[in-house]
Amino acid sequence: MSVDDKPKGGRFVDNLGKVYAMYTLGFLAFFALMAVLEQFGAGARLIGILFLLFTIAIYAIIGYLSRTMEVDAYYVAGREVPALYNGMATAADWMSGASFVALAGGIYFGGYPYLGFVVGWTGGYVLVNSLMAPYLRKFGCYTVPDFIGTRYGGNMARLCAVIVLVVASFTYVTAQINATGTIASRALGIPFELGVWLGLLGIFVCSMLGGMRGVTWTQVAQYIVLIIAYLVPVIWMSNAQGFGIIPHFSYGDAVTRIGELETQIGLAPAVESVPGLRTLTTPHNDPQGGLEAWKMVTLAIAMMTGTASLPHILMRYFTTPSVRAARKSVGWSLFFIFLLYFTAPALATLTKLQLLDPTLPTAIMGKAIEDVQNLEWIKNWSAVNMVAIVDSSGDGILQLNEFFMRPDIVVLATPEIAGLPYVISGLVAAGGLAAAMSTADGLLLAIANALSHDLYYSIIDPKADTRTRLIVARVLLIVIGAAAAGVATLKLTGILGAVAWAFCFANSGLFFPLVLGVWWKRANAAGAVAGMIVGFAVGSWYLYMVYAGGMTPWFGIDHLRFGIIGMPASLIAMIVVSLMTPAPSKEIQDMVDETRIPSGATILGKTH
Amino acid sequence: MANNTSDSREQHWVKTRSLTIVVLILWALFGLIIPWNAGALNSISFMGFPLGYYMCVQGSLIAFVVLIWVQNWRQDAIDDEFGVGD
Repeated sequence: MSVDDKPKGGRFVDNLGKVYAMYTLGFLAFFALMAVLEQFGAGARLIGILFLLFTIAIYAIIGYLSRTMEVDAYYVAGREVPALYNGMATAADWMSGASFVALAGGIYFGGYPYLGFVVGWTGGYVLVNSLMAPYLRKFGCYTVPDFIGTRYGGNMARLCAVIVLVVASFTYVTAQINATGTIASRALGIPFELGVWLGLLGIFVCSMLGGMRGVTWTQVAQYIVLIIAYLVPVIWMSNAQGFGIIPHFSYGDAVTRIGELETQIGLAPAVESVPGLRTLTTPHNDPQGGLEAWKMVTLAIAMMTGTASLPHILMRYFTTPSVRAARKSVGWSLFFIFLLYFTAPALATLTKLQLLDPTLPTAIMGKAIEDVQNLEWIKNWSAVNMVAIVDSSGDGILQLNEFFMRPDIVVLATPEIAGLPYVISGLVAAGGLAAAMSTADGLLLAIANALSHDLYYSIIDPKADTRTRLIVARVLLIVIGAAAAGVATLKLTGILGAVAWAFCFANSGLFFPLVLGVWWKRANAAGAVAGMIVGFAVGSWYLYMVYAGGMTPWFGIDHLRFGIIGMPASLIAMIVVSLMTPAPSKEIQDMVDETRIPSGATILGKTH
Repeated sequence: MANNTSDSREQHWVKTRSLTIVVLILWALFGLIIPWNAGALNSISFMGFPLGYYMCVQGSLIAFVVLIWVQNWRQDAIDDEFGVGD
């Protein structure tokens, strides 16, 4: 039975609590079953395959049940998603392969400057809540360019917004499809390219038939899987290794202890180098102030403003029943995101301590290299070239600068380092896949919806009927997904680099046109167009010069934070051009006033 | 009510704007100023953590969550006061 078949007002949306509680119990039961299978001698490979197949099958079923041919359901899930569930869906939409797989590894190797990602990727929601979400929800738009196009008037502004959206989201989605392919290929034992296309198939199943509605309900399911898959291994490890029942509040001693060990051992740079792998050279917690503090804070600003400009996040708040619910769901979103983000540093710290501290049984530093190479997890990861040991001092003892590791594997390898059963590793793989898939869904839908609604329907053919619009939307979804997968197989950038770029493209082009659209009535179309074009162009130019053009970064602003250059350019251009051109019409100024109060009808019609 | 609609809307917006400014100041404190000074704060110990580190990995994050919930609670009150809640 499809969700459509049931009468409105009864059914699925009213039974969400029951449905997802059953689902969570079902997933835990499946996890227990796998643990039992492992006791009976099931191999690691089999458990990994079952985990991925089981979870993808569930997402596919939800995607199929949510199929729709209604515009409102396809673009904004019928605007009936309760705040709590929209919070979970946003959290899954938000936490990508980068958060799940790469964040803890980044903290492990990057130390204090890297914490800018932790602060930035959470603090951005304060901006979303206070500057954007409630007002965009009141507007009643389907997409972010829909807001820009209506608020400023004119197809030029709309088109600019579409271009920025497509560039930012496409950069982001290739990284997610890359992550999906990596996880699928490792767990199923198939080539990376095949893994990418299989992952894409899974993503289509979630989003094609049901549009935003399908994506919403699969994202809720994916959030539940990913948060269980992140918390269970850390808490299990902490208990198994005696770091406390809930490690989050008690790992302060571990931070201090790592500091002592680092001084004792010394963080010498590696003598030789292994491509793609790193040794630990940055202290865990030793902020120097000055340039280092500046880099930390600029990274945080770039990530926070990027959060508030990324269309796949903003459009999630279009799906709530009211303005008040939109605000409330921002609160829930950040709470659900917080659960993972305050766990990641604990994971990084405890895993590092386990490897470093000679008094712990899991330690490898200072041990005989021969013994270390015989450890099961070292053998497994060395075989796929993600861990390497090079005895550059030739004394047969492992030093800190002789142990090489790929940062991305810290989360995936932690269960094995702590000697947990394989079922945990299968769980982590399923969680990583859920994180990457859910973000890719949201991004692909943001791109396809902008092109189908803003480019095709609003600019090219405003007379298109509902059926045609929804078919165009789906065809675009397939074409863009295939293009993204094609780019992903080329492996042009690392996961984290591509994600940071996406944030900077978005804030360079969209942050000020969105904020000032609500907060400055005098802002007009010419100003917004100038703000988008100048911000985006300056940001892109700076990225090119720093990344490929050999320019020395200004004030240490490197390619990860080029939005710090693009945004001021955007702001200045927008203010100057707005003031040089006539003020917006009375109707538009009234429209802005109307946007600022929650009550009353939306600015745009229910189906437009 | 009809007579002072634009007046009360004006007041509603003034209050909304003040609340937003307060929220953004607190946001800057927890998101920018405290992380910037993490080194200095590290000399203080909090729950066994160096304080600067604690704020970057937990303290500021908790502050953000609380900030959003408190802002929403206050904003709802402002909306209700002027009868423009939805």
